Amino acid sequence: MPDVVPPAFLFLLGALVVAFLPARLRQVVALIIPVIGLINYTQITEGLHWTISLMDFELIFGRADRWSLIYLNIFTVLSFIGILYIINDNRRLDLSAGLLYAGSAMGVVMAGDLITLFFFWEMLTLGAVLCILGRKTPEAGKAAYRYVLVHVFGGVILLAGIMIHLATGGSVAFDKIALSGPGAWLIFIGFGINCAWPIVGAWLTDTYPEASIGGVVFMATYTTKTAVYVLARCFPGEETLLWIGMAMATIPIFYAVIENDLRRVLAYSLINQVGFMVVGVGLGTPLSLNGTAAHAYCHILYKALLFMSIGSVLYRTGKSKATELGGLYRCMPWTCIFCCIGAASISAFPFFSGFVSKSMIMSAAASEGTVATTVIWLALLFASAGVFHHAGIKIPFFAFFSHDSGLRCKEAPANQLLAMAIAAFLCIFVGTFPNAFLYQMLPNPEASYEPYTVGHVTDQYALLLFSALAFTLLMRAGLYPAEIRSTNVDFDWLYRRGGSLVYRVFDKSLNAINSGVKKFFVGGVIGHVSNFFESGASRFVAWILLPVWMVAGYSPEKIEESHQSLFKRAKRGAFPIGITVFFAVVLLGLLSLIVLLNS
Amino acid sequence: MKDNSPQSDESPGWFDRKENVKKVLVGLYIGCGLLLLIDLIFRIVGFDKHPYFKWEQWPGFYAVYGFVACVLLVLVSKYILRPLVMRGEDYYEKLEKKSEEKGGVNDA
Repeated sequence: MPDVVPPAFLFLLGALVVAFLPARLRQVVALIIPVIGLINYTQITEGLHWTISLMDFELIFGRADRWSLIYLNIFTVLSFIGILYIINDNRRLDLSAGLLYAGSAMGVVMAGDLITLFFFWEMLTLGAVLCILGRKTPEAGKAAYRYVLVHVFGGVILLAGIMIHLATGGSVAFDKIALSGPGAWLIFIGFGINCAWPIVGAWLTDTYPEASIGGVVFMATYTTKTAVYVLARCFPGEETLLWIGMAMATIPIFYAVIENDLRRVLAYSLINQVGFMVVGVGLGTPLSLNGTAAHAYCHILYKALLFMSIGSVLYRTGKSKATELGGLYRCMPWTCIFCCIGAASISAFPFFSGFVSKSMIMSAAASEGTVATTVIWLALLFASAGVFHHAGIKIPFFAFFSHDSGLRCKEAPANQLLAMAIAAFLCIFVGTFPNAFLYQMLPNPEASYEPYTVGHVTDQYALLLFSALAFTLLMRAGLYPAEIRSTNVDFDWLYRRGGSLVYRVFDKSLNAINSGVKKFFVGGVIGHVSNFFESGASRFVAWILLPVWMVAGYSPEKIEESHQSLFKRAKRGAFPIGITVFFAVVLLGLLSLIVLLNS
Repeated sequence: MKDNSPQSDESPGWFDRKENVKKVLVGLYIGCGLLLLIDLIFRIVGFDKHPYFKWEQWPGFYAVYGFVACVLLVLVSKYILRPLVMRGEDYYEKLEKKSEEKGGVNDA
């Protein structure tokens, strides 16, 4: 294929070029790159392309098959929509970040080996951080810092997993991995952090609402969906994923009901929807895996649409909280209509995109017929009603209807409306004619599915309309929780607050114990214990890095030396809180990468 | 001079009229009633929905499930989750200030 280029390189090159172009030219080039990307996509044939031999490894930059191509398709489409959405502001950083982010995600899905995968995986974090920084508020700066912290940590875990996996005789191929042994588990968890699993995924609802209005459109598309892709590729049919997916689909919706910031509500519903996809991976049947891919495709479109519509509200009014909004249908009628189309799609109304993809996962769960899958099915049905309730109704209702906030603003800029219109059109088109192209692209063509049966359509309407009825009656009875300006603590507390707290507790209590006990015992066990807590963090890191160093072919002396230097850094207080943690973790990430490249 | 208050010279929006909101609500109630009726007719004439579980054939299963699910969702969120997790809007900002005042803890 001489006239085709690796999509990742096209977009990364684009990101670089756009960063240095003068204003007018920058706009044109930024919009043209996704168009070239689309043409390029249509020319890619199935097979292995762009392989490079590096040392003992064969790096594969283009594994094109039905699995990767459907993701490449939607990633490319969305990059155009996202760039179009932010083109009016023409900000160097935002445009460049969007292209970089898109290119990294494409690099991950096209990767054919774990090393290439890891390389682009880390670049995703860079793209996301730039998207957050694009907001240019002090809060965004802090959120970006927390984002880096979590994701570099996740990256180190993934890298350690890959290294251990390779060192214990695992293949470098990015393919099915049996979930046994520490290597596979670390890879699994590393993927899970980006997939926003419960507890380790609190970064998502913490940071997404702080990103720029266009940045969050890219974030909602690329990071979690590449994570779903890699899970489907490496761990299909892994039963643990059923329960993880179920927890993701159900728990966040309770938070969404009481959340005041509408962009955070969307972040919660994002996790809820990714939960469906993770269940699909956990089931591991041809139909459920099709469902995961289809749902990722549809989800990207309607979630981007919802984030764009609330983003436009934020753009025009400077507000995104339910308590401050309301009644905007008067002055932003088009944005309101697009938001409602996104809401209908995420709620899976028949003839909207969510309906033709989510039901595939539901049917796959139901047809298994075991007790576990029946429980999962009932939980997903609960989540389906819940997502309509908190995203389908709450988002448009509090932004565009509800009480009149008195805000009078202009309709969204033309380019934003156009971007939303394209996404809205695709939502309806895919939902109404799923066989036109979506079902043609699914990874397992042998598993056919028909969403439009009389029973399915009437049942779905019953589920949704009665959910709406519940909302109405609760509202009228005054039982619906009032919107309150508040922060709802989630597991992000663990690193926003807990990290320093835990350290302080250890610091204070152990030092006190230590000095107290030393009066009776000198050295001995107590010394060991306090020593452990003093250098626990560095020990943990050393434990992760040891296999890395071994694979890298370090001599025992050199390993000892690296050990000591790591400990010295930690002793000097590089691990506690604040800026020092930041550098330590970033340093570790860089260090690991350098080690990887030298191996 | 144009007044910024919504009551001024602009005409009220479609949803500002009580009778219009009522129309929407009546439409919703009729829709719900119709769906229950259809489900009942399906049951009487023995229409096969190709269900995976036997309870999917019960008339009104999806309607009741959707309704109960949402009521539960809202009540649990309001009366259990909110008292547990809700803090002031500036919760984390206050914490940050507090820990800054206390100074660094990393001097061993």
